[in-house]
Amino acid sequence: MAKKSSEKLINKNDVRVDGRKLNELRPIKLEVGILANADGSAYIEQGKNKILAAVYGPKELHPKHLALPDRALLHCRYHMAPFSVQERKSPAPSRREIELSKVIRESLEPSIFVEYYPRTSIDLFIEVLQADGGTRCAGITVASLALADAGIPMRDLISACAAGKVEGHLVLDLTDTEDKAGEADLPLAFMPNFNAITLLQMDGKLASDEFEQAVNMAVEGCKQIYALQKEALKAKYVVKEAVEE
Amino acid sequence: MINLSIFYEKRQLALPGDLLAEGDYIAGNNTYKEGDKIYATRIGLVDYENRKVYVVALKSFYIPSVGDTVIGKVIEVGLSSWTVDINAPYLATLRASDVLDRSFKPRKDELPSIFDVSDLIIAKVVSYDRTCDPLLTVREPGLGKISRGQVIEITPTKIPRVIGKKGSMVNMIKDETGCQISIGQNGLILINGKTPEDERIAIMAIRKIEQEAHTSGLTNRITEMIRRKKEE
Amino acid sequence: MNIPAMVVCVKQKRIAELISHGKRLDERGLNEYRNIQLEVGVIERAEGSARIRLGKTEVMVGIKIETGEPFPDVPNEGVLTVSAELVPLASPTFEAGPPDENSIELARIVDRGIRESKTIATEKLCITPNKKVFVVFVDIYVLNHDGNLIDASAMAALAALLNTKMFNYEVKNDEIQVKPGYTQLPIVNYPIAVTFAKINDKIVVDPWLEEEQVMDARITITMDKDGKVCAVQKGGYGYFSKERILEAAKIAKEKSQELRKILVKS
Repeated sequence: MAKKSSEKLINKNDVRVDGRKLNELRPIKLEVGILANADGSAYIEQGKNKILAAVYGPKELHPKHLALPDRALLHCRYHMAPFSVQERKSPAPSRREIELSKVIRESLEPSIFVEYYPRTSIDLFIEVLQADGGTRCAGITVASLALADAGIPMRDLISACAAGKVEGHLVLDLTDTEDKAGEADLPLAFMPNFNAITLLQMDGKLASDEFEQAVNMAVEGCKQIYALQKEALKAKYVVKEAVEE
Repeated sequence: MINLSIFYEKRQLALPGDLLAEGDYIAGNNTYKEGDKIYATRIGLVDYENRKVYVVALKSFYIPSVGDTVIGKVIEVGLSSWTVDINAPYLATLRASDVLDRSFKPRKDELPSIFDVSDLIIAKVVSYDRTCDPLLTVREPGLGKISRGQVIEITPTKIPRVIGKKGSMVNMIKDETGCQISIGQNGLILINGKTPEDERIAIMAIRKIEQEAHTSGLTNRITEMIRRKKEE
Repeated sequence: MNIPAMVVCVKQKRIAELISHGKRLDERGLNEYRNIQLEVGVIERAEGSARIRLGKTEVMVGIKIETGEPFPDVPNEGVLTVSAELVPLASPTFEAGPPDENSIELARIVDRGIRESKTIATEKLCITPNKKVFVVFVDIYVLNHDGNLIDASAMAALAALLNTKMFNYEVKNDEIQVKPGYTQLPIVNYPIAVTFAKINDKIVVDPWLEEEQVMDARITITMDKDGKVCAVQKGGYGYFSKERILEAAKIAKEKSQELRKILVKS
């Protein structure tokens, strides 16, 4: 749905269509351990995004000749449900989903101690139930929680967030409308303990100094999301004291 | 002056990536060291002993260790061995030569009559390393096919609590319920009671231990609970 | 699944050690590209084509122009589609079959560079508004893989586009009638991709195959003729610090200007 060209996305007080400030995240809700069969699972709502992540493994990889002798293989499938977007999307994996599956896998791998489980595979499934921009970032955020919930040893959680440029302003956490109409979109994933950027993509046009500012903005967004991830894990695993019968 | 600090109290919840300690400490289970900082790798409760900092994981999976008793399910019968699912990332192997004393002539229809697909067995891990799958034995007394009783599954990290110091907890449950209890280090437990009611009480006790493993005075509370249930 | 070709462990160590000391096994500087040879118009049947040799990496790009329907949200603009094939003869590690994640990623990175910089003046490719437009097919064909397929493909794609001629036409009674003569494809920007490999915390430009097998991460920064960043892609199972990324962006600006001179003159 294209925006009417007369409507602006950011008003003269620097407030966005959904009432957010330029550097404000959408409301985020995180839940851990919501699927019974998976070894680990988590769910995120970020604005209108609704995304589920599940982890199976580590388990022995078959066929055996595809296994790595000294580490686990991480498999990642990022997939959008046909009803997740405005125009029904065919269930067959699109080129975009294949690319995103790859970059998401590469964003999470640095955090996992894959060398502890040779010859196994860790299977990660990210299902987008409803999409509104920034799904690969929300997918990474929720996948990291699912990995922790599965008891897979990690160096740190990974959180992800996109920054971008809309109507000449640098903004944080773009919606689908802002992304389509804007001048640039920059998704980024961050691992705080190592100050490490594990995912970085950009499309659009940014001058060198805008690029630097956008990277900084996205990193700050990630730090806020990291705190929310930790709260979500605490909420699930808070250990209650003994209940007298 | 060396800066030694531990940032977490004993039994405090730690999450992956949490900074537990800084200084001249040793990284124990479920932690790693980067420079002189020790971080948690899993969700769990922090503990420390002398200079070792570690985390007792609340959620983890079983990794075989030589000498462990395990309960597993036969999932494949081969020509000279069985493949056993022991609830670990790796499938285990039980060789025919382990079960049959005499020299073994492989004939496909002999093995299923000993253990067939879907049978539950209790076995011991005789070898395991990074390069090969775990190998099992059933040669010791008390090992072999499980023909009666109930098998339940709990998180492997809670097994030590179910056993208790020098077996104090599990022995108490055995005495109080009259059940035979075989504990697999891989989180599976076999309970054999004289009546289904006895088994049910033993199972309730074990589930309660799983829930409250981190608390103190547990042995007494479980004993009382069992006694109350028996009177009902 | 991509099973990397085996590089002898000892050589891997050597490559990484040298780079820690600011040197490379093939004696290039950390910011130096391999030798580039570029030929255009190599396939007469294609509307445009180019063949690049970047060191021993060889990529051919063919451009075909057809007519088709426009996208509903941009009814007066031509369509760009980029795809890549890692054909088996290019490397012992490439297998025949449908495009895998590597060839898809390669195509999409090159696509973003061309699309986001608005290289092709797509509004000039409209035949009948809302009904018929020109579709530009950019097909990347990797002939020999010796590292840095991204930069080689992006450069060859741009060279091929600059080489592309469309037939002249007029629309009569809703039908296209071909007239004599040709027009160059309207090109208004010149994006250049610069790819870095991270090895032992140092970044090197234009990694060759064995450096790619040792690296823990790579980053591609595509810049347009005005020095604006139009596409970025991090790849590999490792990570970058923010400082390394900004360092790469600075070097990319310089290198993209150098490389652009090779293309625009040919």
